[in-house]
Amino acid sequence: MNNLKNYEKAVFALREIYLSYGYLPYKMSKFEEYDLYLKNKEFLVSDRVITFTDTNGKLLALKPDVTLSILKNASGEKQKVCYNENVYRVSSGTNTFKEIMQTGIECIGKVGLYDVYESVLLACKSLESISEEYVLDISHLGIINKLLQGQDSVFVEKILVALSEKNKNAIMHACKEYDKQDMQSVLVELATLYGDVKQVIQKLESLDLIKYAQELKDIYNLIKDSKYYNKINVDFSLTGDINYYNGIIFKGYINGIAESVLSGGRYDKLAQKLGKTCSAIGFAVYLDLLENFNYTPSEYDVDTLIIYNDTVSEEEIIKAVNENLSFGTVRVQQEIGTLRYKKLLALGDKK
Amino acid sequence: MINVALPKGRLGEKVYEMFARSGYECPELLEPNRKLIFTNEEKGISFFWVKPSDVSIYVERGSADIGVCGKDILLEYEPDVYEFLDLNIGKCKMMVAAKKEFYDFKDKTLRVATKFSNIAKKYYESKSRDIDIIKLNGSIEIAPILGLSDVIVDIVETGATLKENNLEVKEIIAPISARLIGNKASFKFKTKEIENIIKRLGELVKND
Repeated sequence: MNNLKNYEKAVFALREIYLSYGYLPYKMSKFEEYDLYLKNKEFLVSDRVITFTDTNGKLLALKPDVTLSILKNASGEKQKVCYNENVYRVSSGTNTFKEIMQTGIECIGKVGLYDVYESVLLACKSLESISEEYVLDISHLGIINKLLQGQDSVFVEKILVALSEKNKNAIMHACKEYDKQDMQSVLVELATLYGDVKQVIQKLESLDLIKYAQELKDIYNLIKDSKYYNKINVDFSLTGDINYYNGIIFKGYINGIAESVLSGGRYDKLAQKLGKTCSAIGFAVYLDLLENFNYTPSEYDVDTLIIYNDTVSEEEIIKAVNENLSFGTVRVQQEIGTLRYKKLLALGDKK
Repeated sequence: MINVALPKGRLGEKVYEMFARSGYECPELLEPNRKLIFTNEEKGISFFWVKPSDVSIYVERGSADIGVCGKDILLEYEPDVYEFLDLNIGKCKMMVAAKKEFYDFKDKTLRVATKFSNIAKKYYESKSRDIDIIKLNGSIEIAPILGLSDVIVDIVETGATLKENNLEVKEIIAPISARLIGNKASFKFKTKEIENIIKRLGELVKND
């Protein structure tokens, strides 16, 4: 197990966690009909997908997302599944397609408060299994949905972007431009509201907004005595597409990784869009981000390097290999080459 | 320790001055030497100079916790970062300029010369105007004069260069100024320190 890479260890650890809470493994096909993504492209992180034509002429896509595929097949029955899949999407920095290893859970069907709590708990446990130094940011879209209900769509778009940037100036500009000065102070307040769950809830109570995010308070009550409590922060700059998400949403961060490694939330609206009557909550962990995290390159490529020449019989080589395997890895070749080794064993006379 | 990416040049020096006045000084930074990174252990802050257009990259990828760059860079590259403060310095405007006699008849593809191809693309998309973007890396003003383009999209501070070359501002796209930006993940783990910097710098911002 010591030879495993960071993200490989994480795959095992995460699967253990999800299985222990009764989430069943779900294996998906690599492809999906392109149509599914076309209809829901705003739900995707990037609307560009790798497409190709199937043998029957249907346009298929390499999966850019897992949630849509699981939700598409949901029946009315309660489902708790976990998965570990590669997805293909454009990375923002480089503008090229990237293969992203993603693991996560989905809870579909009738979603109660316990299920929401369980998702938050499993998100914390997932982060904890990667590093002790983590933060789970949590937000509730109820408030922002209520505030922006029925407003001009361009205005809504501007406010959501400004919120996600914690950009007070942009909020003030947008409110001025659209003549919504009455909303300005509360929106600015939301953008900068960050930190301890209890304090934020008190603040929301004083602003008379908590009634739109009662769930946040319920979750707080369920988790306040656990060791995970002080790892959770409320952050209202956390937004999602309000056409898909509703209720609790969250993002996880690990100290030392520049992006969020975990992302998820409640997406009843996406389920409705797909013609389902069920609710859904889930999250994904982006394992590719762990590649450079705490990376310590090994000092050697192999423990024992055995080189031999024509005078050496195969039996001698096999004997030498078997003798050295107990000390670690063994590599056999004719020349030393550029390999870094701990111990060198030269068989035969070197002339 | 908070790592700060500053834009090389006049704007960066002004920004450093604001940091110094807020109590985050690092005197060796102004000494003429070839060092790249300047640290004040006691104040827990470390500065480094980078090309202005690279500031957002250092911040987005977390090599810098915070940084200062022009709004033009943020509009062009759309990095996934927090925008904490408008420092209200380095002010100018992103605009469309053309020769004085130019009139946009809208019956043909508009040729646009610019360094800011994303900003130009988005602006004309919002107006549903068909354009041909000519990406240049400098001396944009010369493009309409030589007939390379119909208009230019560029930042203008005083407009003196335009005037001298018989060009004028036709449309204003956005006001530009220096912004304090921050990496989203860093903020979660250095909340107190970064909030302090925002607060202290905020007190120095002159609003007009």
